[in-house]
Amino acid sequence: MIATAEPVEAPFIIELEQFSGPLDLLLTLIRDERVEITDIPIARICEQFLARIHSLGLSDAAEYLEMAARLLRIKVQMLLPRHGNGDEWEDPRAELVRRLLEYQQMREVVDLLERRGDDRRERLGRGVTLIEPARPARPLSLALPELLAAVDRVLRLARKPVLHDIVPRALDVDGAIDTIRALLQLRATARFSDIVSAGAEPWRILSALLALLELARRGELRVRQLRPFGTMDIARDTAGEAA
Amino acid sequence: MTPLAKLLEAALFSSGHPVPLDELRALDPDASAAAVAMALDELREHYDTGGHGVELVELAGGWQILTRPEFTETIERVQLAVRPQRLSSAALETLAIIAYRQPIGRAEIEEIRGVAVGSMLRTLLERGLIDVVGRAEGLGRPMLYGTTPAFLEQFALRHLGELPRADELAVALRSEPRAL
Repeated sequence: MIATAEPVEAPFIIELEQFSGPLDLLLTLIRDERVEITDIPIARICEQFLARIHSLGLSDAAEYLEMAARLLRIKVQMLLPRHGNGDEWEDPRAELVRRLLEYQQMREVVDLLERRGDDRRERLGRGVTLIEPARPARPLSLALPELLAAVDRVLRLARKPVLHDIVPRALDVDGAIDTIRALLQLRATARFSDIVSAGAEPWRILSALLALLELARRGELRVRQLRPFGTMDIARDTAGEAA
Repeated sequence: MTPLAKLLEAALFSSGHPVPLDELRALDPDASAAAVAMALDELREHYDTGGHGVELVELAGGWQILTRPEFTETIERVQLAVRPQRLSSAALETLAIIAYRQPIGRAEIEEIRGVAVGSMLRTLLERGLIDVVGRAEGLGRPMLYGTTPAFLEQFALRHLGELPRADELAVALRSEPRAL
């Protein structure tokens, strides 16, 4: 018996021991390079950022990619000629610097919380979680018939797949052609409803339609339908007969 | 020890959480606030100088009797009790942002952290460290999060004001961590 597990929809989460996000990685690079946050050598940092996310296998993580794109854009903006005098120039790095400073401040709080949390964890209060002593598992007593019976129950309960019988039924176009020819021997014109009775099975209707188209192609009759889904008028094609 | 100090000791011993000052004062309606404060001092002195395995700690807006850190490892080794789990760095980042900017919505947290925090918020909610404290005006009325008393307990903070102010941060980190 093959059991297929239901696919579980889980969000794709990337969390590394080293970095908790693109800003963390960026801040680490800036620290390693010993440069000022307020004056980042953007081309160099950008290159290193790309190299790092590549080597860490993060090239697919949207958040890191977004930051990479942002860095590249800033790098390009830095290369553009500056308009006006120096005072009016707006540093393209300004927004990134603001975010980095904010993030850095938050990291400082994390350090503080970490220390305080560790301090508290060192002290136990009443009602702390008790560790359940691990009990050795009791030896299993199971006879083969019991096991087989269980398997049988499982198999019985397992939902049977719904199978549909599909019977290929060939269309009888030739038969329909004969019918139509016979009808047009008797009458000069006919309607589609004369060929196919009201409650006819789909294969009969299809056969009749294909036969009609085939006879029209051969020039034995003409089919006219004034509007979509309207009645189909069939007329013997005398010109075709003559030919 | 004075009778009041003994009464406070009994009450604090029976509680698994920090007991707020007003609850301690309710134990003895005749005792003044100053008398309760003095009795708490007396109890702390008693534990600190009398050679005890426990100590009196002020945290999360109350007082609690906790074991001294030097015994924790041994207690854990014989599996009598276990320290609560440490939070991941990512969880701490999220928590730090909420602590400082509360009430704050998810979008703002993600803006500061630069990553999605949906699952992180769920974890912190489950642990009771944060709670939904309201809803923002504006589109979709997003939920706003804030820290809980359990947050203060977990990080041995007396109150939120004990966190350094933003302009004090760099200074606060240079100084040695204060003992509890």
